[in-house]
This record gives sequence, structure tokens and C-alpha cells, in this order.
Amino acid sequence: MEEKKDKIVVKDLYKIFGPKPERAFPLLEQGKTKEEILEETGLTIGVQNASFSVREGEIFVVMGLSGSGKSTLIRMLNRLIDPTSGQVFVDDRDVAAMSKDELVALLRKDMSMVFQSFALMPHMSVLENAAFGLELAGFPREEREKRAMESLDQVGLKAYASSYPRELSGGMQQRVGLARGLAVDPSIMLMDEAFSALDPLIRTEMQDELLKLQAEHRRTVVFISHDLDEAMRIGDRIAIMEGGRIVQVGTPEEILKEPADDYVQAFFRGVDPTNVFSAGDIVRDQQVTIIRHEGGGPRVARERLISQDRFYGYVLDANRKFIGVVSVDGLKEIIKRDGDAAAMDSAFIPEARSVHIDSTMQAIIPYLTGSPWPVPVIDGDGVYKGAISKNIFLETLYRVDPTEADEPAADAS
Amino acid sequence: MAEGFFSFDEAMYPLEDWIEVVVEWLVANHRSEFQAMKWPVEKILWGIDHFLNWLHPSVVILGFVIVAWRYAGVRTALFSLITLIVVGTLGMWSETMTTLSMVISAVFFCTVVGVPLGIAASQSDNFAAWIRPVLDAMQTTPAFVYLVPVVMLFSIGTVAGVIATIIFAMPPIIRLTNLGIRQVPMELIEATKAFGGTRQQTLRRVQIPLAMPTIMAGLNQTIMMSLSMVVIAALIGAGGLGVPVFQGLNSLQVGLAGVGGLSIVLMAMVLDRITQSFGKPKSK
Repeated sequence: MEEKKDKIVVKDLYKIFGPKPERAFPLLEQGKTKEEILEETGLTIGVQNASFSVREGEIFVVMGLSGSGKSTLIRMLNRLIDPTSGQVFVDDRDVAAMSKDELVALLRKDMSMVFQSFALMPHMSVLENAAFGLELAGFPREEREKRAMESLDQVGLKAYASSYPRELSGGMQQRVGLARGLAVDPSIMLMDEAFSALDPLIRTEMQDELLKLQAEHRRTVVFISHDLDEAMRIGDRIAIMEGGRIVQVGTPEEILKEPADDYVQAFFRGVDPTNVFSAGDIVRDQQVTIIRHEGGGPRVARERLISQDRFYGYVLDANRKFIGVVSVDGLKEIIKRDGDAAAMDSAFIPEARSVHIDSTMQAIIPYLTGSPWPVPVIDGDGVYKGAISKNIFLETLYRVDPTEADEPAADAS
Repeated sequence: MAEGFFSFDEAMYPLEDWIEVVVEWLVANHRSEFQAMKWPVEKILWGIDHFLNWLHPSVVILGFVIVAWRYAGVRTALFSLITLIVVGTLGMWSETMTTLSMVISAVFFCTVVGVPLGIAASQSDNFAAWIRPVLDAMQTTPAFVYLVPVVMLFSIGTVAGVIATIIFAMPPIIRLTNLGIRQVPMELIEATKAFGGTRQQTLRRVQIPLAMPTIMAGLNQTIMMSLSMVVIAALIGAGGLGVPVFQGLNSLQVGLAGVGGLSIVLMAMVLDRITQSFGKPKSK
């Protein structure tokens, strides 16, 4: 992923609404806020000083509350709104500086858009809607209908080709919107709150649909959303907007772990971190590990646990691969039973299972609840990485809850 | 009483005279141009009038019934059948056909000129702001005021009547074409642009088709206003159903005026019912 080149590069992009927008620039330089500028000049700052890049083939989510400028931002990428200043490079060509004809050519070939309100043509059939982009681009009827049919097939709506949008449910209508966007086979898809108008169940279904389509054919997707769960679910990277500015760009994890400011943190109210953090994010290497070798038997192991005041020990082989979990009591029992012949292996707690480092916190819960010992975590090669205790797990939940974040979290972490 | 400037008892400048000077100048110097403008109206009007009067009434009635049936359903078809037979039995058939041809030619010109103007108004706020007071004036200036210059420039007769009708009846179709196009949801325009649609394509493929019901409502209003103008047009020598009404008025023949008036109302109802159905999706 790191190797991917930038598909869209946005540089110093501004959109100021109102007559003579240049008037706002000196005020912005003085550090005046949006509200102050509106009061002084009547100008509305839509987007200010936005710079970011979207890598080829990734889903880039722009997130913000309503009025944060995200819709304006996405509309400047295809010039539904003309930027006041700044550049938008698509494949190194500046969209903001393009002539009308160049822009039309780019939009017909390289970019398509999916809208929150679906924006289907009520007077056209589903097939005609799906073929709309191709029709505008001047493809002959036969070819455009063939390609539209293929994209309808991709979203599972082939059977509805001759229906009209009003006859379909919201989810199906947005599938048509998606098919319309796919039919032109663009390298970039802009999705403006594409799933926000759908009810939660359908929304999740559509997110899966998008991920499925991405798996089949990677396109660069810029996705606008006000829903953090959605952003976390589908975004490879997320940009967070506030008051027309981009306040943070990063992977979902980076943002959740280190929110740039209170505004970003405010988004996390109500977000379930167990879907975002993985075992690797919360694992601690504080447990007693016991390397199994010829010299060290159960007695030594027991001594070490007692001296460290621990009840459970994690047995590894010479390569630090995880083998099993033993307890003080378990070791005592086999020593009593087998004496000097006691083998470490027979003291393993049979129910003790390790979890993979990439498992989500959500996936670990059943292991944690089922065992009094901290759950061991391994990587892809079976190497022990540490363990997760119930305490650590709860602490993580506690720490990311911003409502409590202020005072007590400080000593918890 | 107010003194000085605000006494307002007499005109302070002779606008009255100015208007006369302008109209007289137009008549003296440009009458031939205005007469030339009559030509297309005249051709179309007489063409339709002769055709409709040449057709056997039963054919005309059948035509109406078929159109009504196709677009508006059985009830309107039946209504048209009965109404047109009643008009015929009132002895007003020929006048009705003349009126119908006046309405058709006026509406034809209103559409040919009005729809493009409406589209232009929808595309430019400046043009829309400029044309609005003109439309207001066209609709509200009492017809009698412009009948005099119309007669001076176009002479009397049915053609002049049609021209007066065009002036009076054109505003609704311009207004509603403009309105219909502007009412097309913003997101559909955005979607068209986002897929690389030009302004032309947006108009042709999205805005005009979606504005059609509203444009048709404008057409309907234009037809209704044309019909209401025919009586007045009779004042300047136009033929048709206005003639019996006007004669009845002049000679206090209430019955004659009543029969003419009833025929106009019946025609209006038939045309209204049929054209109202044009903009709507077919019920079946």
C-alpha cells in the first residue's frame, strides 16, 4: 500500500462563497475565524487551505459534520463548484485550471459520482439511468446498453433494467446510482454521502457491496461521510474536516489512537473501539514467560512465578513460539504427582488458546470472558507477542471514551 | 389640498402626446414592416380556418373524440362528443371553427416564440429579470389600450385579432417554461454535469423533459387566455364566436350574445380538459 502513487493531489484549495471572494484572504491570514469573516464581509468560507493526496486504489473518506465543507470539497474535485484558489491534480493534471472542454473530457472518462439523494433521472428507466454517463459521452446505444447492463449485473439489478427508479426501494435506487457510476468505468469515483440516506441495515449492505466491488476492481474512491463507523469500516484513510479545514488525515487507527484535537475526539462519542483496535494495539508484554529447555523443569517455572507474584506463566520454545499456559497450582499438582519426572507439557491448561495479533478487540472478547488468565497473542509465525488481560481490555475502552477522557484517563494510561 | 409639486391635478409632462407621436411615427415609417409580420400569421390562420371549415363537422368531432380518448380517457372523450354536437346544434359551427383556427394559430406562435424565450429566461437570471415586467405588462394592460395601435399598424380584421391574442396569451407559456426548467432538482443537474454533460445536453436530456408537465400547464393557460381574447378581438373585425357576442351587445340581443358566449365556454371546457391531460403521464 505504501508504494502506491498519488492519484489525486489537492494543494492549498480554497472556496469562498460571495462576491469578490479575494477580500477574505487577508482576513484569513490574520487568523480570523469563519464567523468573524462572515460578520465583517458577508463572505462564507466553504473550504480553507485544504491540502491532501489520495493514493491510487484507496478508499479515502472525508469526514465531518454538516457545514464542515466536505460536500464543497468533493465538488471541487470535479468542479461542480469552481475553487476560489488552489490546485486539484488528477494524474498530475490540474483540474482547477482546465478549460471546459478538457474538464468535460475528464469527467466523461475518468470520474464519476454517486449522490446522497441518488439523483436518478425519474423519466428514464433503470437501464437508461445506468447508461446515462455513456450516453452523455456519445456512445452508440447498443454499446452503452451492453455496458450498462453489465454494471447493473455487478450490483445485482439486471432484472430491474426496464423498471423506473420510483418503483425501486432506496437501497436499490442507490445501487442504480452505483451502476451508473461504474458503467463509465472511471478510475475515480466520488461518493457524496452515498449511503447516508439509507437505513442502517441497508447502509451496511451497501458498504459491503462497495468493498466487494473494490476487491474485484480497485478504483480510487473519495467518499464523503458524517458517520464515523462508516468511515472506519470502509476507509483506507480518513480526512477529518472542521469549519472548512482539514484537521487530520490518517488511517482509522492513527486517528482513533491519536486524535489531533477535541473536535476529532468528539467524533468518537458512541463509536465502538472494539471494531477498530486489534489485539496488537492493546497487547502488553508483562507476563512471565518460560522458555522450555532441557534444564528448566516445572519446579524452576513454579519458583519464578511465585517470586514474580504471578499465577499464570506462558511457555515458549527456543524461538519464542507460544506453546502453552501453565498455572502455579497446575505446576504444583504435576510435581506432586510425577516428582522429578514431571514434564512441563502435562501442566498446560488445555483450554488456553492464543489469538492472532490482527484480531479485533471484538473477536477477543469470547476468549477473555472464558478464561481467568490473560489471553496470549501470537503473530503469523506463532511467535508470542504478549498477552491481553481483562484489565488492559477495559482500560482501553475507558481511555477512548472521550466523555471521561479528561481527568482520570491520565493516570490510567 | 396639496400645493406646488404635490398638487398632482394635471399632467406635468405630456406623456399622452409622446405616445401618440411614437405610434404615428411607427405607422408612417414602419407600417410596411408590421404588415410583413402579418404574413406568416395570415397564412397559417387562413390555412387552418379553411381546412377546418372544409372538413365535415363529423370528421372534426371524431378527431376531437379520438385525441381526448387517447390522452384524457373515455369520460373526456364522451364529454367532447356531446359538447361539440351541442355547439353544432346551436348553429355556431362555422364561427366555432374560425375561433378554433384563431386559437390554434395564436397558440402556435405563442409556443414557437414563448418556449425559447422561457428557456432563455431559465438560463439567465438577467434575462429573466428583464423579461418579467414585460410579461406583467402584456398580461395586465387592458386589451383595449393596445387594440388601437394594433389596428393602426396591422389594419382591422381577423389577423390583427390573432396578433392581439398572441400578445395577450404568450406570457403564461414563457413564465411556466422558465419555472418548469428552474424547478428541476439541483441534484439532477449536478449529476448530469458530474458525468460530463454540457449545458445543451442538460437542457435537452434532463431539464426540458422534466419541465414538460409545467410547460404543458403553460400551454393550457395560453389556450384559455386565447379563447378569452376572441370576443375582444371581434371589436377589431375578427371573425368567429366573438361576432355574435359583439352583435348581441350592440343591438341588445341577449339571446344571440348568450348563444355565442355559451359556445365559447363549451369550447374552452373541451380544450381545457384535453390539454390538461397532455402533461400528465398516461393513467393506464
